[in-house]
Amino acid sequence: MKTESKLEKVLASGQLAVTSECGPPRGARPEKVREKTEMLKGCVDAINVTDNQTAMVRMSSFAACIIIKQMGLDPILQMVSRDRNRLAMQSDIIGAYAHGINTMLCLSGDHTHFGDHPMAVSVYDIDSVQAIQMVKKMRDEGKFQGGGDIDTPPKMFIGAAANPFADPFELRVARLAKKVNAGVDFIQTQCIYNLDKFEIWMKGVCDRGLDKKVSILAGITPMKSVGMAKYMKNRVPGMDVPDELIKRMAGVPKEKQPEEGIKIAVESIERLKEVKGVAGFHIMAIEWEQKVRELVERAGLLPRPQL
Amino acid sequence: MIVAEQKPIEEIMEYISPYNRILLVGCNECVTVCAAGGRKEVGILSSALQMAFMKEGKTLEVKEITLERQCDPEYVEELVTHIDQAEVVLSMACGCGVQEIARRFSAKLVFPALNTKFMGASERQGVWAERCQGCGDCILGLTGGICPVARCSKRLLNGPCGGSTGGNCEISKDVDCVWNIIWERLKSLGMEDRYEEVMTAKDWRPSWHGGPRKIIREDLAE
Ligand code: SF4
Ligand code: SF4
Repeated sequence: MKTESKLEKVLASGQLAVTSECGPPRGARPEKVREKTEMLKGCVDAINVTDNQTAMVRMSSFAACIIIKQMGLDPILQMVSRDRNRLAMQSDIIGAYAHGINTMLCLSGDHTHFGDHPMAVSVYDIDSVQAIQMVKKMRDEGKFQGGGDIDTPPKMFIGAAANPFADPFELRVARLAKKVNAGVDFIQTQCIYNLDKFEIWMKGVCDRGLDKKVSILAGITPMKSVGMAKYMKNRVPGMDVPDELIKRMAGVPKEKQPEEGIKIAVESIERLKEVKGVAGFHIMAIEWEQKVRELVERAGLLPRPQL
Repeated sequence: MIVAEQKPIEEIMEYISPYNRILLVGCNECVTVCAAGGRKEVGILSSALQMAFMKEGKTLEVKEITLERQCDPEYVEELVTHIDQAEVVLSMACGCGVQEIARRFSAKLVFPALNTKFMGASERQGVWAERCQGCGDCILGLTGGICPVARCSKRLLNGPCGGSTGGNCEISKDVDCVWNIIWERLKSLGMEDRYEEVMTAKDWRPSWHGGPRKIIREDLAE
């Protein structure tokens, strides 16, 4: 084991891992974090805490992670390179580890253009691949990115994202390979709606043996309504929502659409369980955390392993 | 070249409306090529300002001069014979030209008439786009001659990010994803393997993060 991370233990045990997500509140409301976390208790192995998601200011991932940790659960510190330079990133990583946070996710982050501070500087001192290298060097060599020694290095289990649906598609396996070369331990993918395309990507991943080097958690987002499906298709960059799915959602009355969305998610998980290289699931139920337990249960992923 | 564009006339008016005699100085280099501050634009702005003054019942005397290179002390020296007649100077050069006038004529106010935008190239008639941010340590040799520092919205050295869609950047359909361009270029050069080499974190000291930059060429400096 490289770390104390529960996620690492679950993955090492060979069981399908389950992670989910908590978006921190836009204000000093610790109870909001607790509410969301409470809903995820016992049904996931670790909880991602987003970092100023969609470039909107929120309670820091670090702070919300501590709240989750205090509740006895396992947070995953998300860190985007948009808002911090390498000094700030490394100090937060040490700080987080000092609070018992041992799993993190390195991202470049949505551009400030999308958020509530489009006038801000985008830092991008390093990118997500370089962030993986940095965290690995801190962990395995006990060195800061700048070369100095760390007195008691943070041992982080290192995650990153992959979007099999972004363009150019032919580059998507190679981009993952880059993250693997940089030293990533686990990957959470973009929400998967186009399963055929995902399977083609996964085949490319397995053909190169990358599935042996990194644990890939398939991203699942249940849709609440046909409106949400259309929004995802048309408005969210790098999202692939097939027309059949929109038709299927539109084919049921509005009040039944949430149930249809959950059904689709359960079916997707069942199919993805059979795909070689899938090591677990990352469930992003955006502002719909109350449904995670039901979804995980219906997909046969409960109980979670006690390790 | 350095690409610039004219400030809104209202902003320029705010600067110069207290005065009656100005020296309007263009530049014959980059800003001429990007049609922002050459002889022609000097003439047009001069007329526009005089009309704007007339509308307010005032008059404006404009002495128009377009220097060969406003960022070069040798040419800025040519203003010596005109500077005293003017109350203030309005410069139509890039920020370098404006500052050269400010440095040479310590007792004279100088205002910028342009917003200096970027270092770029002409894509087609009337369209200029950013190409270089002068990072001080050029990596074009590793990226097929296409710059991710200046042209990736997130400055990713290991792109493309997950937002790249159909050749466009995630921020807008009007912005090319430069990593898509780099990839196409590597393919046409038969250099696909190059893509998977991880580009390590850049040293930003040679760039604007190392403080104001200066080059001293011992072989040339007097
Ligand atoms: S790598 Fe640096 S110097 Fe080279 S084109 Fe890009 S910004 Fe300019
Ligand atoms: S879409 Fe392309 S250009 Fe835009 S931020 Fe991502 S990698 Fe950079």
